[in-house]
Amino acid sequence: MTTIAPHAPSVKQLQPSKGRLAFLRPAAGFAAAAVALFAVAPLALSDFRLGLLAKYLCTAMVAVGICLAWGRGGLLILGQGVFFGLGGYAMAMHLKIADAGPGQVPDFMQLYGTATELPWWWRPFANPVFALAATVLLPMAVAAILGSFVFRRRVKGAYFAILSQALAAAFAIWLVGQQATTGGTNGLTDIQGFFGYDLDDPVNQRMVYFVIAAVLLLLIALARQLIHSRYGELLVAVRDSEERVRFLGYNPANVKLVAYVAAAGMAGLAGALFVPAVGIISPALIGIVPSIELVIGAAVGGRASLVGAVLGAIAVAWARTALSEEFPAAWTYFQGLLFIVALAFLPGGLASLVGIVRRRRASGASEGEAA
Amino acid sequence: MTVILGQMFTGVSIGAVLLLIALGLSLTFGQMNVINMAHGEFIMAGAYTTYVLQKSIAGAGLSLIVALPVAFLVSGALGALLEWLLIRRLYLRPLDTLLVTWGVSLMLQQLARDIFGAPNVQTRAPDVLTGNITVIGGDDPLTFASSRLFILGLAVAAVVALSLALRLTPLGRRIRAVVQNRDLAEVSGISTGRVDRTAFFIGSGLAGIAGVALTLVGPIGPTMGTNVIIDAFLVIVVGGIGQLKGSVIVAFVLGVLQSVLEYSTTVSVAKVLVLVAIVAFLQWRPQGLYTVRTRSLV
Repeated sequence: MTTIAPHAPSVKQLQPSKGRLAFLRPAAGFAAAAVALFAVAPLALSDFRLGLLAKYLCTAMVAVGICLAWGRGGLLILGQGVFFGLGGYAMAMHLKIADAGPGQVPDFMQLYGTATELPWWWRPFANPVFALAATVLLPMAVAAILGSFVFRRRVKGAYFAILSQALAAAFAIWLVGQQATTGGTNGLTDIQGFFGYDLDDPVNQRMVYFVIAAVLLLLIALARQLIHSRYGELLVAVRDSEERVRFLGYNPANVKLVAYVAAAGMAGLAGALFVPAVGIISPALIGIVPSIELVIGAAVGGRASLVGAVLGAIAVAWARTALSEEFPAAWTYFQGLLFIVALAFLPGGLASLVGIVRRRRASGASEGEAA
Repeated sequence: MTVILGQMFTGVSIGAVLLLIALGLSLTFGQMNVINMAHGEFIMAGAYTTYVLQKSIAGAGLSLIVALPVAFLVSGALGALLEWLLIRRLYLRPLDTLLVTWGVSLMLQQLARDIFGAPNVQTRAPDVLTGNITVIGGDDPLTFASSRLFILGLAVAAVVALSLALRLTPLGRRIRAVVQNRDLAEVSGISTGRVDRTAFFIGSGLAGIAGVALTLVGPIGPTMGTNVIIDAFLVIVVGGIGQLKGSVIVAFVLGVLQSVLEYSTTVSVAKVLVLVAIVAFLQWRPQGLYTVRTRSLV
């Protein structure tokens, strides 16, 4: 019953219109995005604004995964915060250990006076290679285990959304409960170094921004390849008619699993890069509410369109900062309204407006010719 | 022995609260396939109604009695309004109802914050419900909190009333007809739009009743809905969507499980373990405890 199909734009509509130089269009868009991210933004924005942009770009990375899993595969994951958090905590644990110096435990553990040495499950994260790999592989592993259980038994639609949401709630509650080893409600705060670089230095903050921008572009390119591959077609087919795909001899569970795991890995990477950009990771950033907020941007921009989802995520995150600085109450109303309007009246998001306008104009033009 | 019985009672009372919260959802989600995330805020509306009534009516006992029907009407009206404004446009897109109603819930939370302030407020329970009732006396006494017993009674009454209404009244017959075959119901002369709205009114009204009950066990605040809604959805999903019987059993089983696990571990670990149990259960029965038999391939 996941009938977003009739409303979501079909694959055909999303492919660029055929022309002689049509194949250049994505490359041109990509180049424009690269210029904007690497040349225009660092020159035009202050260090503070650039830092904010780095944060928004992390949200956009999650949106790439949401576009893949939800927009393309029809899997509404309301628990992306879990994977974002796994990546974030893996990175933050390594940075905290590195900040503390050899033989020392992170500051919050000293504060509670409970630990004089690292808990066993912290120890592997002292190794930078392990920690970096874990930021992506840990979320992917969790998604693979959960996904293979859930999809094989054909738990889907609302059931899946609610389960993923419950997972986010349980994870956040668990983190809060383990105060002595996870920092509890405060989370892991006050992160100072990033692999030997001092994060207080604006030059190093810029470097973090460039890393984030590069990773985002890489993920977009990767997702584009996936979407335009045979697998991408299969994913849309599973969304629109799972049974028919099954009768054709494919296993829809595996198709969904790949999208779910890919989205989890992207969210983990986003969480990992969020930590040096913002200097904190805490349960408040990964529970139910932030998990749904990660979906908003993609929904408003256009869940099925990569460009729409990414730009939507950045725009909504930006609007949040701009509005909530001045009117914290008004932002919540605006956020709710944005969600209602985007989903009830414009299910394809703002990206679908482009298609609607283009089709209007095309039909207008052909009528003009006929007359 | 009394420790075990005491824990069992705690579990049953957690289950009763869960059941009251999930009951209205079972109608709107189960019968109508609408995932209403704003249900938690309808619960909040019921709780704040109790708070307002207690401010204006002297006597905690009287205000609680008055609050039950008034909260039902207030939350029910909110639900009917929501159905009319938004949900009737979205009946074929259940996942979108989830996100749209989440937007509504955000706005309602902020509205509550603007009207009643961000800090939690508290109501005073009537004297009858503040004490304990001793079940087994002697050296090793077993006592039940009377407010918990009241909630248990309320939950049982609500379940009985709802199932009788669905089974015996003309409205109940129409709701079941629409659920089973919307098109056939429509050609038989049933106004499906009106049935939808009435069912939504009742389901949301039950959230109001749950809100009144929650004022007896905890504080009232703008985020109280978010805290309970996930548990309620899990009850419905595990019980089987649209299955009142399933919701009742699962609410009590989860309540007891939660209470036993909390007793032997910590609250946060218990939450995680309950979730693991639910995922494991869905491996065994993906459609929940009770399912509607259909010929559909899904």
